[in-house]
Amino acid sequence: MGDVEKELRVSKIKTGTVIDHITSGKALAVLRILNITGQTGAIISILMNVPSKMHGKKDVIKVENRKLTKEEVNKIALAAPDATINIIKNFKVTEKKSVELPEFIEGIIKCSNPGCITNTSEPAIPRFRIVSKTPVNLRCVYCERITGEKELLAQF
Amino acid sequence: MRLKGRDIISLEDLSNEEISFIFNTADKFEPIARGKKKSSALAGKVMAALFFEPSTRTRLSFESAMQRLGGSVIGFAEPTTSSIAKGETLADTVKTVEKYSDVIVIRHPKMGAARLAAEVAEIPVINAGDGAGHHPTQTMLDLYTIRKTMGKFENLNIGLIGDLKYGRTVHSLAYAASRFNNKLFLISPPGLEMPREIVGDLSAQGKEISETFDLSKVIPKLDILYVTRIQKERFSDPAEYAKVKNTYKIELKTLETAKPTLCVLHPLPRVDEISSELDSSPYAKYFDQVFYGVVIRATILSLLLG
Ligand SMILES: [Zn+2]
Repeated sequence: MGDVEKELRVSKIKTGTVIDHITSGKALAVLRILNITGQTGAIISILMNVPSKMHGKKDVIKVENRKLTKEEVNKIALAAPDATINIIKNFKVTEKKSVELPEFIEGIIKCSNPGCITNTSEPAIPRFRIVSKTPVNLRCVYCERITGEKELLAQF
Repeated sequence: MRLKGRDIISLEDLSNEEISFIFNTADKFEPIARGKKKSSALAGKVMAALFFEPSTRTRLSFESAMQRLGGSVIGFAEPTTSSIAKGETLADTVKTVEKYSDVIVIRHPKMGAARLAAEVAEIPVINAGDGAGHHPTQTMLDLYTIRKTMGKFENLNIGLIGDLKYGRTVHSLAYAASRFNNKLFLISPPGLEMPREIVGDLSAQGKEISETFDLSKVIPKLDILYVTRIQKERFSDPAEYAKVKNTYKIELKTLETAKPTLCVLHPLPRVDEISSELDSSPYAKYFDQVFYGVVIRATILSLLLG
């Protein structure tokens, strides 16, 4: 029996998404990435620094009545590379996916280099190649400078 | 091997074999670049030189190369005369200019600008400097000069001296020279050392690098001494600048213990970091370097336009 199922027993979400195995302490960053402000009235449960067999500690977010899109999943990987996404229907996990960082990230974050062409009015969509996953380091395809985890999280 | 239609944005886009191919091809462009042999290889072709920041030497070098091959040149030397001054995007300028030309040479203050231009344009784009980014034809002409002077461009002891922190030229050259198994000697005043990430990158690849503040310690070992200017603006204390300027000035007596075959290079323009007394010595290769710039650019233009 996995961590997720135990969690589900506790909170019994009927429909929605459970984001599990979020890097401990990164739940709020994930909420910012998903643009979840709590203003819509939807029920959101946030667990931070709960014990995890895999990682010692982890964060968990449960969002009711919402299914994450592929693009949103990618974004989460930037802050929580080990997260798993569980889509829940009728109290059951109907879909489970891990958040693999794609080799390229396009259009989600901005380049941290102010001298970069992507930080101008030019129609250049910021695009990055993943250099390392933990910590997350992205190399801008245009200026080749590294945008690191700290600069990344500051954007969400 | 064919380079027709390719963009030249960064030296990293070219394999070692492609760089060697360009150099081997370049040899036959020498008499053309010197004006001793007429060529109409690019007759009817138009090169657009888009200089969003001025760089007279680079622009003239490209223009000379194109005209030596029988081609013609359009463009602007600074953005004040262009539509960019009226707020047009680079992307729109490029899309417009490519309708007038066969190849675009671009210099721009923003990093990655040439990459964007290459994405937008159907015709080949050559990066002639993008801010603190790349200037691949400069790096290629540096390597080519070394090859012409030393007869090879691998297994040499290459010293880079001056402002190694901010100098784009020396950053690119450090990466490029390392690709061909040369040993690097980095000589700079404290505070202007080569950025740690570059030294780290190269060390991680197992490249040999040695760093010092004192040129006299390494001068007998060097095959190449590549000199760059130390700019006054980098120092908050004028006295500190004056001291550094004198310490790192290359004079004939600086080279007393050097190999007789030592080759002194400089991307130019120089101010006074190389004494003019060196100019007539066998060490001075920096004006040859200027000529090889035309050779390399003529070769690249010719290969891209097939
Ligand atoms: Zn960038």
